[in-house]
Amino acid sequence: MIRIARRLINRLPLRESSGKITLDNNAPTGVYQWEVSRMTERITFQLNGEAASVEADPDMPLLYALRGDLGLSNPHFGCGLAQCGACTVHIDGAPARSCVTPVASVQGAKVTTLAGLGTPKKPHKLQQAFIDEQVPQCGYCLNGWIMTAAALLEQNPHPSDAEIRQGLTGLKCRCGTHLAILRAVKRAATA
Amino acid sequence: MTSLAPLPLSRRDLLRGAGALIVAINLPPVAEALAQPVSTMGKPPLTPDQLDSWIAVRQDGSVLAFFGKMDMGQGVDVAIGQIVAEELDVDVKRVSVLMGDTATSVNQGGASGSTGVQRGGIPLRNAAAEARRILVDMASAKLGTPADKLTVADGIVSDGSKNISYGELIGGRYFNAALKWNGQIGNNLVATGEAKPKSPSEYKLVGTSVPRNEVAAKVFGKLDYVTDVKVPGMVHGRMIRPQIAGAVPQSVDESSIKDIPGARVVWNKGFLGVVADTEWGAIKAAERLKVDWSQAKPPFLSQEALYDHIRQAAVVKRQVEVETGAVDSVFPGTKRIVTAEYEWPFQSHASMGPACAIADVRDGEAVVWTGSQKPHYTRDGVAKILGLPQDKVRGIWLPGPGSYGRNDAGDTAIDAALLSKAVGKPVRVQGMRYEGHGWDPKGPASVHQARAALDDQGKIIAYEFTSKGFSRVDIDTNEADPRHSLAGHLTGLPLDPQQGFGVPGESYGFANKRLAWETIAPLLDRASPLRTAHLRDPVGPQIHFASESFIDELAVAAGMDPVAFRLANLTDARDIAVVKAAAERAGWQPRPAGPSGSSIGKSDVATGRGIAFVQRSGTVVAVIAEIEIDRRSGRVWPRKWVVAHDCGIIINPAGLRQCVEGNIVQGTSRALWEEVQFNADGVTSIDWMSYPILDITEAPESIDVVLINRPEMPPQGAGEASTRPVAAAIANAIFDATGVRLRRAPFTPERVKSALTGKA
Repeated sequence: MIRIARRLINRLPLRESSGKITLDNNAPTGVYQWEVSRMTERITFQLNGEAASVEADPDMPLLYALRGDLGLSNPHFGCGLAQCGACTVHIDGAPARSCVTPVASVQGAKVTTLAGLGTPKKPHKLQQAFIDEQVPQCGYCLNGWIMTAAALLEQNPHPSDAEIRQGLTGLKCRCGTHLAILRAVKRAATA
Repeated sequence: MTSLAPLPLSRRDLLRGAGALIVAINLPPVAEALAQPVSTMGKPPLTPDQLDSWIAVRQDGSVLAFFGKMDMGQGVDVAIGQIVAEELDVDVKRVSVLMGDTATSVNQGGASGSTGVQRGGIPLRNAAAEARRILVDMASAKLGTPADKLTVADGIVSDGSKNISYGELIGGRYFNAALKWNGQIGNNLVATGEAKPKSPSEYKLVGTSVPRNEVAAKVFGKLDYVTDVKVPGMVHGRMIRPQIAGAVPQSVDESSIKDIPGARVVWNKGFLGVVADTEWGAIKAAERLKVDWSQAKPPFLSQEALYDHIRQAAVVKRQVEVETGAVDSVFPGTKRIVTAEYEWPFQSHASMGPACAIADVRDGEAVVWTGSQKPHYTRDGVAKILGLPQDKVRGIWLPGPGSYGRNDAGDTAIDAALLSKAVGKPVRVQGMRYEGHGWDPKGPASVHQARAALDDQGKIIAYEFTSKGFSRVDIDTNEADPRHSLAGHLTGLPLDPQQGFGVPGESYGFANKRLAWETIAPLLDRASPLRTAHLRDPVGPQIHFASESFIDELAVAAGMDPVAFRLANLTDARDIAVVKAAAERAGWQPRPAGPSGSSIGKSDVATGRGIAFVQRSGTVVAVIAEIEIDRRSGRVWPRKWVVAHDCGIIINPAGLRQCVEGNIVQGTSRALWEEVQFNADGVTSIDWMSYPILDITEAPESIDVVLINRPEMPPQGAGEASTRPVAAAIANAIFDATGVRLRRAPFTPERVKSALTGKA
């Protein structure tokens, strides 16, 4: 059974990142999203090197499969709008915002979370650098910075300061640890 | 002798699995603490007058310190651990600081006003010193050596030949010793023992850069936040907020969510939420639920009218906090009068994640897990709204998704308690992004009027500074009373409005001087998305944006360099010292009055420097910003900062530097970007697009922090002070670069550009 509905997700303001659609005259102005509900599906993927499987609404964001169905405590919900990065994971090595990634889209993919990037025994060089620089304050944003920077360093192992900034643009840190983040990424890049 | 229960868990907690959960979700040292056999037999009451409420020594000689404040990621717990280890003479690695559980720590006020070390450290220091005194006395009896002949090194008491450890002396048992307590709870709590704490000249550990405890756990994704608490049988909740603030549900169609597993509506007057078996289910239920809302009159004015409204609104309370000389008699007879007015918008906590809480309300008892900075007060608020005795409620703090004051965490905890009570199950509720931005308590908007009279020589002979704005505390600094929570408002509790603002923190020795504030009524008195509460350095950024901009304007009027003008008028030696230290480190070049920007009217990118100076509750800070400003785009980039910082004796220099850096960056974000947007219906800045904050591409190139250590002076606070001079320093630098004075924050590219082209 497939059910299709259109729902208002924000009345105002219209935002560039969301799809604007023409509305009938009676409907309130705002941002609408199409919603398609189907039966649940079995979705199988690799999570931090191990097989994972969930039976879920295929449109449900990956984040809820990771946190809910699979019981992970990380990544985090920050915005649900792909605006902040707190939910960032790697899908087949590329950083992705799990809060807007339909779980069905990771069928057969390799998903890596911050906890799977490295471990205390075998830390990723960025994790080591973030510890050495004592980066986080609240730390809720770290998935975004570390997972995005890890992909950045894969692409460009020795980025300039400007390239680091540009590569991380858009991610949010509310505590203001930006300088420590930049020091840590630089440290990892020169390690 | 009775054995020690480091973390006494009630039998009910253990039976329900809550105890095991706490072990699992806490930091490694805590888990280790709990792994030892525990018994609550013979435990003295958890009151501030018991040494056992503060310090425990385990059988292996390691130490637990029970702290009634919390660390919000700036390392306060590390500083407390250092203070305790210093007094006890144990390795700091063997001290675990346990925070924020009402079952294990007394109420020291929670995280509050940068007082974690300043006030929170005092009872811990005294208790640790007293514990050492008692332990040395015990050792003296055992070893047969007078106490004054004994030394202690890493918890081993020695007379030179014989040794005995703290663990052997008391490990796993209670001190059962009394402290003197001043009868206060909260920030003002002081407890004192007979022992005299060390003098700073004896410090070995205090003043060193001990690393933070939880950084690795965060970096490996292993630290559980309040958002990660899982309780057996837990269901998920979401709140539903009206499109027009003040509207209340008239009817709710529960059948609209009946296909969602476990979906239920919880509705009481204006309080409307849903629960479902899964988090995704709760999100969908909240979106889908059909609700008819009352036809509320849109409560707000248009945003363009905000500052005129503040200027014209009736004053609810006026307070003169500083009055010297005869201000009113000087102005009328003076020819040279400088006046200026400054404006600051509502700002949002906009924490990294919307607040989350888990409440388990069953069988006449409640446990609430919260990211609130003040879990003891959260407990009190939950007890009140549920009608439970305080001792039947336990509040447990875990790190939340960012916390800079009284944010949405307090409201969410009360929401969770009501949802859990309604459904009889543990409920986890987290806000959606629009709630984190749109429905959190706000920092107040304000208008600041300043005037000064100058004599013929340019000397300031009268000075008056008045802030007028929304109260800083529409709701209180904590949620101990549900009248100060959204849920309280929505379930019809009578309001308890508070009035407060503030005045500049400075020591300018103007002869006739008045510093005052005035508050106006809120635009909507209950459940308002523009209700105000404390946001990092409450009212500090707005007041000092105005006051330190005006001091610069006075320097120009007096024909003086802005640093020289401040040095000529400041009267406190520490104030003068930080201004000098900042100017020296920045290589400040004295300049004639007015803008010095070499590129005025020439190139597209102008550069300038600005200084600002502030006091805050015993801490003094001077900052110098060096900025670039692009005339084409209006973009301002504070490129380099020098910060001279004096907060008394420094406990942990590295932690202090990082804390100051964060304040400068967050302060820059608030100065350049942050402004809550609203229309007649409600708040319209509901995400990161509509409420932008500083991007990493705009972060400064450097923040050079000059720490002034004052071992002779008790520690003061550092968590907020360096936030307040930031906006003024940038505004003063913009003036230096361009000759244009910005008197309305934030300095968005659009606003700067129109000011530069004379359209402001």
